[in-house]
Amino acid sequence: MANRLVCVLDYGSGNVRSVYNVLKHLGHNVVISSEEKVIKNSSHIILPGVGSFATAMKKIKENLPMQCLENEVVAKGKPFLGICVGMQVLADKGYEFEEYEGLGWISGSVRKLSSGNLSLPHVGWNDFLIERPDPIFNRLKEYRDFYYVHSYCFDALRKEDVLAFADYGEKFSAVVCKGNIYGFQFHPEKSQRAGQVLLNNFVMQA
Amino acid sequence: MKKNRLIPIVLLRNGWIVQSKGFSKYQNLGNPVASVKRLSEWASDEIIYLDISTDDRYDLRRDDQGYKNRDNFLDIIRDVSNVTFMPITVGGRVRSLSDIEARLSSGADKVCLNTMAIEDIELVEKAAREFGSQCIVISIDAKETQDGYKVYSHGGKNETKFEPHELAEMVEKSGAGEILINSIDRDGKGTGYDIPLIQMVTESVSIPVIACGGVSEWDHFSEAFEQTRVDAVAAANIFHYVDQSVFLAKKHLFNNGVNVRKPDLIKI
Repeated sequence: MANRLVCVLDYGSGNVRSVYNVLKHLGHNVVISSEEKVIKNSSHIILPGVGSFATAMKKIKENLPMQCLENEVVAKGKPFLGICVGMQVLADKGYEFEEYEGLGWISGSVRKLSSGNLSLPHVGWNDFLIERPDPIFNRLKEYRDFYYVHSYCFDALRKEDVLAFADYGEKFSAVVCKGNIYGFQFHPEKSQRAGQVLLNNFVMQA
Repeated sequence: MKKNRLIPIVLLRNGWIVQSKGFSKYQNLGNPVASVKRLSEWASDEIIYLDISTDDRYDLRRDDQGYKNRDNFLDIIRDVSNVTFMPITVGGRVRSLSDIEARLSSGADKVCLNTMAIEDIELVEKAAREFGSQCIVISIDAKETQDGYKVYSHGGKNETKFEPHELAEMVEKSGAGEILINSIDRDGKGTGYDIPLIQMVTESVSIPVIACGGVSEWDHFSEAFEQTRVDAVAAANIFHYVDQSVFLAKKHLFNNGVNVRKPDLIKI
């Protein structure tokens, strides 16, 4: 497909720019937007994220055309990627500061990591173990460390929705996927080559 | 498993990358964007960018290098984040919440506070609450005195009443996410890390500690991991003088069994 266009959703949350920069660097057509017209015209949608679950969800509802998004992603099956909190809000519910309703696109909930004696947030380079092979992992070989920044994690209700687990005091979901909807707990845009491989796979294969 | 990190520190003075000795002598090393791009290609785990300018004059003095001539620090951060796809920590001249916000929105992932953490511990608390602990790094500059180690503020100029471990405990309690401990005595000396100083800090807190000051050979990095509980090792001068420096240092650590990311050279 020659006319791929990635829409990075702009909803007033942090690192929209760095996601944009890396996609641009990979040679993809990319726009930062929250407009209905742009979302409809795009071939892929990315929801970046920093901050807490509730804050992110509030901003998403305030700044994004929810009806249009649901229609494009859930009804029409347009490839969608949520990053960090952008992945967590895919769940039904989150429990950061207060119980808050998520998008509910992948069944599950978001709770604090039980890292034992390891300090939170979990910040830094960590790897993951692939549970289920998927085209998103294509060409990912030994460079499997990614940059994580989070204190909360996604508990998927259905085992088959988790493609990879990472370990920080306990096993937690690193990559979730249900059909056309992907979620990365780490920041691919900050993960150098390994992150670029995954982002490229998302745009080229998903 | 989470990896230990190797972090180049880039000192920026009025728009130029400089080498520092004893916090007082500086030598120009070149263009900040070109140099950071190179460090990124050598697969640094992160970059710490410290603005040690003493006034508001930023001038790269030439625009013939393919990079725009920039006259303020935020623009330089923006340029840097366009060419590096890894975490960037930015410090220097951070006085308020709005200073922190300006740096984060220009492309920094973490912001480093030094003097303000000593003068206004509440700012650390407010910043952690507003932006999250993960993006608040406190850098502590310490020097050995007759009464043991003391923390210095204002770029190593003023002695404070704090011992390094006291300040470390205070900022951890206030929500800081990380501590960068730097030895003023070792700065630019190349005699290795001040191991007792680093131990003192790592033993007093549970948040990650980054060691800095004194590295002139790759073995100094492994020493810190062998003898202290540091989460990351940092250095400035050494990374600018050796081709593929970060890659070689990483390879040394990896071969010595330190839990770091596999060394890699990235074609960008």
